[in-house]
Amino acid sequence: MAPAPSSTSSAITLNINGEKHHLPIDHRTTLLDALRERLDLTGTKKGCDQGQCGACTVLVDQRRVVSCLSLAVAAEGREITTIEGVAEGDELHPVQQAFLDLDGYQCGYCTPGQICSAIAVIEEHAAGWPSAVTDDPAPEAGPPPLTPEEIRERMSGNLCRCGAYVSIVQAVARAAEEHAAEKHTAKEASA
Amino acid sequence: MREFGYQCADDVTGAVTLLAADPDARYLGGGTNLVDLMKAGVERPGLLVDVRELPLGRIEPTADGGLRIGATVTNSDLAVHPEVRRHYPALTQALLAGASGQLRNMATVGGNLLQRTRCGYFTDLSQPCNKRNPGSGCPAVAGEHHNHAVLGASDHCVAVHPSDMGVALTAFDAVVSYESADGPGEIPITDFYLPVGDSPHRETALPPGALITHVTLPAAPVARSRYRKVRERASYAFAIGSVAAALTVEDGRVREARLALGAVASRPWRARAAEAVLTGAPADGATFAAAADAELAAARPLPHNGYKVTLMRNLVVSVLTELAGEDAR
Repeated sequence: MAPAPSSTSSAITLNINGEKHHLPIDHRTTLLDALRERLDLTGTKKGCDQGQCGACTVLVDQRRVVSCLSLAVAAEGREITTIEGVAEGDELHPVQQAFLDLDGYQCGYCTPGQICSAIAVIEEHAAGWPSAVTDDPAPEAGPPPLTPEEIRERMSGNLCRCGAYVSIVQAVARAAEEHAAEKHTAKEASA
Repeated sequence: MREFGYQCADDVTGAVTLLAADPDARYLGGGTNLVDLMKAGVERPGLLVDVRELPLGRIEPTADGGLRIGATVTNSDLAVHPEVRRHYPALTQALLAGASGQLRNMATVGGNLLQRTRCGYFTDLSQPCNKRNPGSGCPAVAGEHHNHAVLGASDHCVAVHPSDMGVALTAFDAVVSYESADGPGEIPITDFYLPVGDSPHRETALPPGALITHVTLPAAPVARSRYRKVRERASYAFAIGSVAAALTVEDGRVREARLALGAVASRPWRARAAEAVLTGAPADGATFAAAADAELAAARPLPHNGYKVTLMRNLVVSVLTELAGEDAR
């Protein structure tokens, strides 16, 4: 085991959106504060700062997490994706485009977290994960259709104080349909 | 927040040795509860030993048909594991009813068992709390306690354990394995949490500095099981009452029943009195109500949480009725 336990800071390397960032960091720094205050990646938002609102959602090793309860020092060696890293150059991520087209926001503060969470929701559903509102969790029952009820449950970790939920659910549903259609096309092309 | 050292442990013995050498050290799993409590000043560790890289991240079948779950398996990975979904559906349902997708991706099995109560007085440093500051008093008894315990509490503490997962594990008779400076050990989950008594600050039977390494599920007793949770909003909230139940019905009679209640006590509450009424009795509404009443006869509600007794009675009857209906099909 490497460094001396007495030290309260470390020199770490964070891999964010495919880019390596070297920085000395006080161990008390959350991943959220490291992103916003140290690396100028202010797309990730601070809402409650206690894991109750989801505004700070980012992807770590392709899984959605809240960055306010993640310590930056413990994120070293992991692949971090923030809202700044989801588009392909000038082409928006399909979830971003769906939020834009369907007005999946009002003030926009919770939107980066909503979008990062929705990207993961679509992948989790495609991988066959059940949710708390899925009737039968047995794998034999197959993946549940991504109904508005399923979307609302799966997105319940992201609060929107403006109450834009109706269009958020529509945006997630459209992006999920596109994702499924794309997978279907890719499958046919390879067949 | 107090400054702290950080070490990422790469073997179990090393992690346990670090904790044994430093009473100010804590294990860091997903951090969803510990980091929050550190921000609030309730936890003030001098050293965090990160256990997520330890080789405790697997779910494996046991020789007797059960499952051995590593302590660092995330709540998400346990919930969606095919064998858990197939044979322990109440566990999948309990896990998926807890927190949010983000938090379930972070939270570990070991950490879930060791999470602290969400009693508002426990996290408010301006208030007395016997759990946080032994002997200082419990303002909840005469204060805000609408979501506090109705079973097994004492005048010293009426806080509830917040875990959903633990309630299902309790119904399934899980066993907690740990490693400590004095060697390894095992504790049945029904003995894992200590009675409140006059020492609510002592929460588990784990030796000081011990690291939970695995949770083992015995072979599933019955195919039918269910977890149902009641809360103040539809999702992403702690329970005000929950039930994990497993039921086998043969020729109209209950052959075997497992029942555990959540959000009613300082620990997931195994309902042995109810199980005794159920076993061998006709699988009907009258039996289910008698079973619930037998368990809740010991309830000691406070002025603002009496609703929980009615809620739990109805919840037990409803879940058992559903399970009996499924079994009859």
